[in-house]
Amino acid sequence: MDRRSENEIIFRTDDVTKVYDTGEVKVYALAGVDLELYASELTVLLGPSGSGKSTLLNILGGLDHATSGDVWFRDLQLSALNDRELTRYRRDNVGFVFQFSNLVPSLSARENVALVTDIAPDPMPPEEALSLVGLGHRLDHFPAEMSGGEQQRVAIARAIAKRPDVLLCDEPTGALDSRTGITVLQALKDINDRFGTTTAVITHNASIRKMAHRVIRFQDGRIGEVEVNETRIDPKDIEW
Amino acid sequence: MRALDKKLLRDFRRLWAQGLSIALVLACGVAVLLISYGMYGALQNTRSAYYERNRFADIFASATRAPRTLKDEIAGIEGVWAVELRTVKDAVLDLPNRVETATGRIISLPVNGAVLNVPIIRSGRVPDPGASDEIMVNEPFAIENGYELGDVIHANLNGRKRPLTIVGTALSPEYIYTIGPGSLMPDNANFGILWMAEGAASSAFDMTGAFNDVSLKLTRDADPEEVIDRLDEILEPYGGTGAYGRDQQLSDAFIDSELLGLETMARILPPVFFGIAAFLVNMVIGRIVALERSQIGLMKALGYSNFTIAAHYIMLAVLIAVIGVLIGWILGAWLARGLAQIYAEFFTFPYLIFSVSKFTYALSAVLGLLAAAFGAVLNAMKAARLAPAVAMSPPAPPNFRRGVLDRLFSTMRLSQPTMMILRGIMRWPLRASLTSFGMALGVAVLVASSFFNDSMDEIIAVAFFQSNRQDAVLLLTRNQPISVLEDIERLPGVLRAEGQLSLPVRLSNGHLEKRVSIEASWPHSDLSRVIDPDGKVIEAPAEGILLSKRLAGQLGVSPGDGLDVEFLSGRRETHRLFVSGIVTQYFGIGAYMNADYAAWLFRETPQISAANVLVDDTRIDDLHRALKDMPNLAGLIMLNDTRQTFRDTIKENIVIQSVIYIAIAAMITIGVTYNSARIQLSERARELASLRILGFTNAEVSYILMGETLLLAILAQPLGWAVGALLAWGMGFAFASDLYTIPVILKNHTFGFASVVGLGAAIGSVLVVRRRLDTLDLVSVMKTRE
Repeated sequence: MDRRSENEIIFRTDDVTKVYDTGEVKVYALAGVDLELYASELTVLLGPSGSGKSTLLNILGGLDHATSGDVWFRDLQLSALNDRELTRYRRDNVGFVFQFSNLVPSLSARENVALVTDIAPDPMPPEEALSLVGLGHRLDHFPAEMSGGEQQRVAIARAIAKRPDVLLCDEPTGALDSRTGITVLQALKDINDRFGTTTAVITHNASIRKMAHRVIRFQDGRIGEVEVNETRIDPKDIEW
Repeated sequence: MRALDKKLLRDFRRLWAQGLSIALVLACGVAVLLISYGMYGALQNTRSAYYERNRFADIFASATRAPRTLKDEIAGIEGVWAVELRTVKDAVLDLPNRVETATGRIISLPVNGAVLNVPIIRSGRVPDPGASDEIMVNEPFAIENGYELGDVIHANLNGRKRPLTIVGTALSPEYIYTIGPGSLMPDNANFGILWMAEGAASSAFDMTGAFNDVSLKLTRDADPEEVIDRLDEILEPYGGTGAYGRDQQLSDAFIDSELLGLETMARILPPVFFGIAAFLVNMVIGRIVALERSQIGLMKALGYSNFTIAAHYIMLAVLIAVIGVLIGWILGAWLARGLAQIYAEFFTFPYLIFSVSKFTYALSAVLGLLAAAFGAVLNAMKAARLAPAVAMSPPAPPNFRRGVLDRLFSTMRLSQPTMMILRGIMRWPLRASLTSFGMALGVAVLVASSFFNDSMDEIIAVAFFQSNRQDAVLLLTRNQPISVLEDIERLPGVLRAEGQLSLPVRLSNGHLEKRVSIEASWPHSDLSRVIDPDGKVIEAPAEGILLSKRLAGQLGVSPGDGLDVEFLSGRRETHRLFVSGIVTQYFGIGAYMNADYAAWLFRETPQISAANVLVDDTRIDDLHRALKDMPNLAGLIMLNDTRQTFRDTIKENIVIQSVIYIAIAAMITIGVTYNSARIQLSERARELASLRILGFTNAEVSYILMGETLLLAILAQPLGWAVGALLAWGMGFAFASDLYTIPVILKNHTFGFASVVGLGAAIGSVLVVRRRLDTLDLVSVMKTRE
C-alpha cells in the first residue's frame, strides 16, 4: 500500500460490456464493468467460472475487443485501436502469464525469453529476467527438460523481460501443485515489489487474495465487491 | 449410426481440403494406371485382332525381280503356312488441283483377292481384276485430299503417266502407321497406298510373271529365323535384300515403340503417386492422432477396443482413398478417351477395341486403398497402443536438446523465429526429408518431362540443319549412273544436286549381325552430311564405315574395329570395312560409306539411287510440274514439308504433354506443401498465438509458419533437379529404339522452369494456409490445452 501511488490510474474501464452472440441467445460475459487499476498495484481478480474476469483481462491486454464501453490504458483508448495498433500496444506495454506456460518447445529457456527481448524497445537481458525468477542456472534447458513450475517461471521471465508497465496473469498457478505454485507467486510478488509493475492476477484460489493490495470479486459479468488488504502476506505463508 | 462412425464422417468433412489434396495425388496414380493399362490393352488387343482377322504376314522380303514360279519352292519351306507374291513399287503422283507432287505406293492385288495383309474395304469396291485404270486408296489419303469415289488421279508408272480412277478406299494392317519413304512422320496428304489389280500392276511395271515383294504367314511351330534364312537363299539370285520379321516391319515397329512407352509410364508414374499419397496420409493421420490423444484415452476408458480405435483412423484414410479412386477413375476414363484421339492421328485402325478391363479398375482401386491404408497403419497402431491414463494427460513437450548445430546457430546470431524453424526441421529429420523429397518429386516430374522440348530442338537442329540441308530428295526407281545428276541439275529451280547411293547390307561382327542400309555419298557433299558427337562434319574414308552410336553398340564395335559387310544388292559380295567414326543420329540406325570407294569395290561406274537437291523457292512450282513427268522417279521428299510436319506434330504433342505434366507436378507439390503447412499450423498454433500475444506482428508469425515449409521447398529444388535428370536419362534410355533415339538435353532453363512451377505451387499452398493466421483466435487457443 505504501508503494501504491494513489493518483496514477493505469487502466480505466467505463461501462464495458462483452456480449457473445450465438445466434439464438446472447451471453453477457461482461455486463457493464467500471474499474480502475492503479500504478504499482497488485490486484487479484476472484470469481467463479464464467464470471467475466478472464474476458476483462483479455480486453485490458488487447487480446479482445469490448462490445461496448470504453477502455483506457493511461491516455490510450484501447477500445478505439485496430488489430495492428493493439499488437503494438501489447508489444510495448503488456506482459502475459497464462495457466499453461505456452513455451516454444524448440527454444531453450534463454531463447524463449529472447523471443520477447528481440522485439521489445527496452528489454532486460534474458539472463537477468531468468535470474529474477530463480532460473539463472537453467538458461540452456529446453521446456522438455524442466518441471511445470520452472516452465511457468520461464513464462513469467518472458513476460517481464520487456519491462512491461503491466503484468496480466490468468490462473498462473492453475496447473501447478501448491509448492510449485508458491514459487511462481513469489516470483510475481518480487517483480511487483522491485519494479512496481502493475499486476493483475486471476485466480480461483481464494487464499491467494491475501498477497494482493486489492481484491476484486466478479459475479455474473459485474464487479461484486472490492476489498483492500491492509496487511498483505508473503506467498510462502499462504495456506493453499 | 454409431457415434464413432459419426465422428469419422465429421472428421472427414472437417479435413476436406487436406483430404482432397491427398485424394488428387492418389487420383493421378489411379488415372495414369488406367490410361497406361487401358491404352496398352487397347493398342495390343486391337492390333492382334486386326492382324488375326486380316492375316498380317509374319515374314517380309523384297527382291528386284523374281519369277512367280518360285512360289511353290517358297511355300515348301518348312513352317510356311501361306505365301503372297506381289508387285510393290513407289511412284510419283500428279494429284488434281495441286501443283505439288505426292508419292504413292502401288501394291498389286491378286486376282482371287489378297490372302495375306488383307485390306479392309471402307467404301466402294476393289479394282476390277481386268481393269488397268482402277485403284483403291488408303482411307486417310482419300480423306486428307478430299477424294471421292470416281475421282481420277495421275501416276507416273514406270515412266508413263496414267490416269487412275479411285473405286474404293481401304485400310491395311500393313499400314497402321503409314510412313512414306524417307519420312519421319505419317503425312497422309503426300503419301498414299494405291491397290491395283495384279494384271494392271504387273504390266505397268514390267513385272508380268514376276514379283518383287513376298509376304509369308508361318505355322504356329515354325522357326522364323530358319524360314528367313531359307527365303534369303531362294531370293538371292533375284536381288533379294534380306527377309525380316514383324519386328522390322515399319508400321509394327512404331506400334511396338508406343507400347514400350506406355509400359514405361505404367511402371514409373503410379508408384510415385501412390508413394506420395501414402506419405501424406501418414503425416495427416499422425497429426490427428496427436491432436486426439485425450479423446483416444477417453474412448479407451469407455471400453473401445484397440482394434476399433486403430480401424477408426485407418477408415479415415480409406475414405480419402475412396474419393481419390473415384476421381482417378473419372479422370482416367476421360483422359484415355482424349489420348485415344491423339493415337488416332498416328495410327489408323479400322476399329479400336478400347475397354479398360474390370480387372484394371479393381487393381487401381486396390492399390489406391492399400497405399492410403499403408500410410495410416503406423499411426493407427500408435493410437491403439496408447495407454488410457497416459493418453488423457497432456503430452510432454517435444524433446528438444542442444545439438552440434546449436553452437553454429549461436555464432550465426540467428533470430529466435529462425531458430524455431531450424530446430523444427532438426527435431523431425525424417519427416522433413520426406516432405522435401515429395516436393523434389514434383520438380523432377517437370524436369523429366520438359527436357523433351530441348531434345526436339536438338533433333531438329541435327537432323534438318546440320545433317540434311537439302530442300528435297528425289528417289529414283532404280540405281542410275551418276551422270543423271546433270539432267537433274537442269530441272527448273534446281540450284544444286548431289547424288547418294543406298546399299542394303548385312553387317556382322562375330555372332552379332544387323540388316541395315548403308548410305554412300561422295566426299565434300554439302547437302546431306553426317556429324560426329562433337558436332563436326565427318566423312568416311576409303575402306571406312561410319556407324550411328546405337548401331555400333548393337554390333559391339568401336572406331578402329573391323566389320564384315555383306552387300545384298549388285554382286552380293562380302567385304571387310573398318569403323572409322561414330555419328550422331536420332532417326533410325544409319551407316555411311564413301561412294567412290563403293564403286571401286563393286568394280562399276558410280551409281546413285537418290539425288539431294537445293531448290530456288520461287520456282518450286515449276519443279513440281517437271517432276510429275520425269521418268524413273519413284518419289519425292520435300524436306521443308517434313520439317514443318515434324515440328507441328511434336509441338502440339509437347503442349498437351506439358499441360498434363505441369498439372501433375502442381498436384504433387500442392499435396505435399499444403499438408505440411497445415500440420505446421496445427502444431504451432499455440506457439504462434503466444507470439501474437507477446506482441509479434502477423507478418512475423507468418514467417515462422511458412519458413519451415518453404525452406524445405527450397532444399527440395537441387534434389528435384538431380532426380529429374536421373528420370530423364532413364526415359531416354527406355524410349530409344531402332526407329529413333531421344537425346537427353538438360538446359538451365529446364531446371529453372521446374523450380518456378514447384516453388510457385509451394508458395501458393502455404499462403492459403497462412490466411488462417489472420483469423487465429488468440484467446481460445491459449485457453485450450494441447
